[in-house]
Amino acid sequence: MSNPTHLQYTKEHEWLTAAVDGVSTIGITAHAADALGDIVYVQLPNVGDTVTAGETCGELESTKSVSDLFSPATGEVTEVNQEVIDDPALVNSEPFEGGWLFKVRATATDELLDADGYTAFTGA
Amino acid sequence: MSLRLTALDALHRSLGATMTDFAGWDMPLRYGSEREEHLAVRTRAGLFDLSHMGEITVSGPQAGELLDHALVGFISALGVLRARYTMICREDGGILDDLIVYRTAENEYLVVANASNAQVVLDALTERAAGFDATVRDDCDAYALLAVQGPEANGILAKLTDADLPGLKYYALLPATVADRQVWLARTGYTGEDGFEVFCAPADAEHLWTALTGAGTAEGLVPCGLSCRDTLRLEAGMPLYGHELSTELTPFDAGLGRVVRFDKTTNNGEFVGRKALEEAAAAAEANPPRKLVGLVSEGRRVPRAEYAVVDAEGAAIGRITSGSPSPTLGKPIAIAYVDAAHAEPGATVAVDVRGKAEPVQVVALPFYKRAR
Repeated sequence: MSNPTHLQYTKEHEWLTAAVDGVSTIGITAHAADALGDIVYVQLPNVGDTVTAGETCGELESTKSVSDLFSPATGEVTEVNQEVIDDPALVNSEPFEGGWLFKVRATATDELLDADGYTAFTGA
Repeated sequence: MSLRLTALDALHRSLGATMTDFAGWDMPLRYGSEREEHLAVRTRAGLFDLSHMGEITVSGPQAGELLDHALVGFISALGVLRARYTMICREDGGILDDLIVYRTAENEYLVVANASNAQVVLDALTERAAGFDATVRDDCDAYALLAVQGPEANGILAKLTDADLPGLKYYALLPATVADRQVWLARTGYTGEDGFEVFCAPADAEHLWTALTGAGTAEGLVPCGLSCRDTLRLEAGMPLYGHELSTELTPFDAGLGRVVRFDKTTNNGEFVGRKALEEAAAAAEANPPRKLVGLVSEGRRVPRAEYAVVDAEGAAIGRITSGSPSPTLGKPIAIAYVDAAHAEPGATVAVDVRGKAEPVQVVALPFYKRAR
């Protein structure tokens, strides 16, 4: 699956959107979802929590492993994706769309790559 | 050290498999969704490459006596073209590996060891062969091993062979022609489903894989990796060496004392580990050790290997050996060694999932049993 050009990416395999009314949407990439395998559980930060760029803010469990979820941005969490909590397989099937994880009022971000830079980073 | 490749390596890559290092072999972990592969085996059929398994041929006039001496089972009593699940133990009773032994002829047996223990088993058999009129031969490179597992496996095989499949019972084998190739066809597996294991020449592996894939298309057969093999065996309550079995445990600790045959009549009843195993059997009788049980969680977080099982006060009462989401049950499941006092089916205990106690219910193994 190609990486959408309207998103920005981290080396921890998260993506985030440009801010809309100050709020960015965050998810993990198709590359990351493929590497994890079938995702069975997601633990996300709570609405109102403050997350910090580059730090752990939740976890993703797949059949075979547990992985930390790193926030690509610093800021207050404004919304979490309840559909993904109820049906974690959405992260595998629609990583860049219905499988988004949470939204942040970002004040700072981790080092970000554009789609070409991320594609090159993953060696795809 | 570079990874060993099976005869089907190029084929796996052409299918886009995610590969993994398993006991020094580069093996397919999954081709697509491991959950879909698992469900295919439960409802239709799956095709596995198991060429990493360690085949060892033991032959000669005293091959049966040698195996009676070296293993805990009564192997010489096995009928020709029959198979048996058994174990090889140390002198102190610790489990070196669990094995399937196939009797391929009056004076010849095929011993199949776990990939991770293939060398250990080969070395032990070679050493224990001293004084017996029998030879032990490493045949790992002589065989590729494919498995066709699932309710449609019989119908798929029937398209490719004239062998008497209805006459081929569970834990039996036949020399057969499958898709014009000579193979050993065994009705064995590690999934809890009906199915076959096909021991073939490595040069024939790709031909057979392709023929089985073609024959199984209509039935919905899919290629399956080691990830779903693990969840299939876990649901079926089958132990995996390195998880439920180890050199620290005897067969009695693992609740598998039935594989130890003190009633062997060969070699005056002597075999490696006998004395220690008799003591282990008596100890297990007098003072039940931790019991191997199933755990089912109503939550979403997965109890995984090495997590502690705890009581209501948070005190450790056991340890998980394998855990995974169960595709069939739709819930997380685990196998654990739990103190006998807490091992009754129906008991509620908890698992320490990274600092949080998740309640789980004790159940009898297996989690899944196919309808016959």
